[in-house]
Amino acid sequence: MTSMNRKPLLSLENLKVYYYTDEGVVKAVDSVSFNMDRGETVGLVGESGSGKSTLGLSILRLIPPPGKIVGGKVFFDGIDLTALSEDEMRKVRGKRIGMVFQDPMTSLNPLMKVGDHIVETIVSHEGVPREKAVERACSLLEDVGILPERFNDYPHQLSGGMRQRIMIALALCLKPDLVIADEPTSALDVIVQYQILELMRKLKQVYGMGLILITHDVSIVAEVADRIAIMYAGQLVEYSDVNSFFNSPLHPYSEALLESIPNIQLSDQKLKYIPGIPPSLINPPKGCRFHVRCPYAEHRCGEVEPQTVEFERGRFVKCFRYVE
Amino acid sequence: MIQVQVKDLKKYFPVQKGLLERILSRKVDYVKAVDGVSFEIRKREIFSLVGESGCGKTTTGRLILRLIDPTDGRLIFKGRDITFLKGEELRRLRKNMQIIFQDPYASLNPRMRIGDAVGHPLEIHGIAEGGEKKSMVFETLRKVGLEPPEKFYNAYPHELSGGQRQRAAIARAIIVNPEFIVADEPISMIDVSLRSKILELMKQLQSELDLTYLFITHDLAVSKYISDRIGIMYLGEMVELGLKKEIFSDPRHPYTIALLSAVPIPNPRVKRKHIELKGEVPSPINPPSGCRFHTRCPFKEETCETEKPRLIEVTENHYVACHKAQTLSIN
Ligand SMILES: Nc1ncnc2c1ncn2[C@@H]1O[C@H](COP(=O)(O)OP(=O)(O)OP(=O)(O)O)[C@@H](O)[C@H]1O
Ligand SMILES: Nc1ncnc2c1ncn2[C@@H]1O[C@H](COP(=O)(O)OP(=O)(O)OP(=O)(O)O)[C@@H](O)[C@H]1O
Ligand SMILES: [Mg+2]
Ligand SMILES: [Mg+2]
Repeated sequence: MTSMNRKPLLSLENLKVYYYTDEGVVKAVDSVSFNMDRGETVGLVGESGSGKSTLGLSILRLIPPPGKIVGGKVFFDGIDLTALSEDEMRKVRGKRIGMVFQDPMTSLNPLMKVGDHIVETIVSHEGVPREKAVERACSLLEDVGILPERFNDYPHQLSGGMRQRIMIALALCLKPDLVIADEPTSALDVIVQYQILELMRKLKQVYGMGLILITHDVSIVAEVADRIAIMYAGQLVEYSDVNSFFNSPLHPYSEALLESIPNIQLSDQKLKYIPGIPPSLINPPKGCRFHVRCPYAEHRCGEVEPQTVEFERGRFVKCFRYVE
Repeated sequence: MIQVQVKDLKKYFPVQKGLLERILSRKVDYVKAVDGVSFEIRKREIFSLVGESGCGKTTTGRLILRLIDPTDGRLIFKGRDITFLKGEELRRLRKNMQIIFQDPYASLNPRMRIGDAVGHPLEIHGIAEGGEKKSMVFETLRKVGLEPPEKFYNAYPHELSGGQRQRAAIARAIIVNPEFIVADEPISMIDVSLRSKILELMKQLQSELDLTYLFITHDLAVSKYISDRIGIMYLGEMVELGLKKEIFSDPRHPYTIALLSAVPIPNPRVKRKHIELKGEVPSPINPPSGCRFHTRCPFKEETCETEKPRLIEVTENHYVACHKAQTLSIN
């Protein structure tokens, strides 16, 4: 292999994305770094409001004002995306990096038939004849469990989960190298969800597609991801391969998170949750952002921010318990 | 006491056709989104609707709240037929019935601040205004974990994350102390820890305020925690209905059994031992003859293709629509 091929597919370096609101500066992504390789799936998990969607959108430079990338770099296939012109960036979106948005209406036009969304995307990017594109669109719809008879429906005529699957088909239709999928299966029953995850697994194996899967559903991360990234209050607090993570999570937040997963196999247990409230991203707690809710907090945790350390090869954690 | 009674409810949507098809055929096709569904929800009960994406859950919820008109069937709310209720009477009824919509991005007015949106029902139903309204909104925002409330009060929906919007929608529904809430995937974008808090809040409201819920969810772990009874839908029909413990310990319909087997497990070393459903998801425009599930059912027999099974009581308060319900059991 040449050194070119060994470059990671995606590499974030100290990425910072802030929203400049009247209330103050929301530090939604605050110095996040990680690498992922071709064909890898990274599950991105974290509290509601911790900055997962912001991170996903910023890779594609789709942060709406008053938000801005204020620091750091995003290398995709060796290219620094933060340095591209808007024109060059447009060529990356869709074609090389596909996105499934958390808000369905970001990618669906209410006045356009669902099938045409896919057909027009294929035609405009690849210049293939329309009939060819229709054929491909129909087979992709079938892959996501939507019958071709729904081709002429408008988005509002589909159920929530059907719309979600249209967006998945749309993100995949140009066979991008990387897909960022933001809660792509949050409205799907387990059987359809399984079908979608299988489809993604296939694309990963056949085309070496990389996938960033943003989800609150830790079970599907366990099922399909190679690595897991845990976000807390705008920062990455743990980044690890999936097997080691589920065996023994390192960060106290990760530990608490795993404990609060409801398990269908157990009987009506009392639900567990993490005490306290998510911290403000305008005035985040001093020191470690989790220290106010952390059962292991010591004095220094409220004073200085812990550095991210590589605890074992490929396992990163941002917590004093693993320093020295 | 029975809060809501649904009798043979149907909703057919006309199908959009391409130009060519319209010329070739004059016949109008329909999506049979809900096709003859009957059940009742008792007062102070949490009734969950579970089923495949597109099987008609949201449509059922919207029909019950009279947000859309049924094609056929009857709706009874506390003994009163509301199927054809209109105008002022319907508006008055609405105070008692709230909905948490499935899509939190579409359900909040983008030009309305969160505080105004959450407080809006208080105003339209003449419950509170001014300072009193504001303090009620603050209290409700806190309940759903939108803290500190003063920050969220002045924010616009686009400034909120997906899960934060969902919680704003929950706050708006519970603020008027309704009798009945249709909660359509209300916590699908909320992390597990916060979700536990919100589920507990919903249960607490159920017991303190005698609240009744129709709870639509795809998450079986959630339905296992929250429900009293569960209804399983498939392609516009109710295929199984019963107490939560019956559904989880003694599921009888092959679709329910497949669904339960497909739940992912939070452990990368355990593969789902799911029952593979063969075949395509059938069309709600031309649904399969006989039992609608027969095209994918691993236990299919000849009668299943021709005869439609009725929903029958197999054990006490446990209903199943399957020709083999008496013999089929995972145990
Ligand atoms: N346009 C905006 N203006 C101001 N603040 C914003 C904006 N968009 C997001 N935020 C804030 O930034 C933080 C991170 O939001 P983000 O949507 O990235 O969270 P998330 O991790 O995706 O959450 P969820 O799981 O609930 O979707 C939140 O606190 C949110 O309120
Ligand atoms: N306004 C409409 N016009 C035409 N068809 C519709 C309309 N609303 C819903 N449908 C169709 O009715 C069927 C049932 O939709 P519904 O939204 O009730 O499903 P659901 O069970 O809530 O699914 P999901 O879990 O994916 O949200 C689907 O085939 C859908 O496309
Ligand atoms: Mg999000
Ligand atoms: Mg729905």
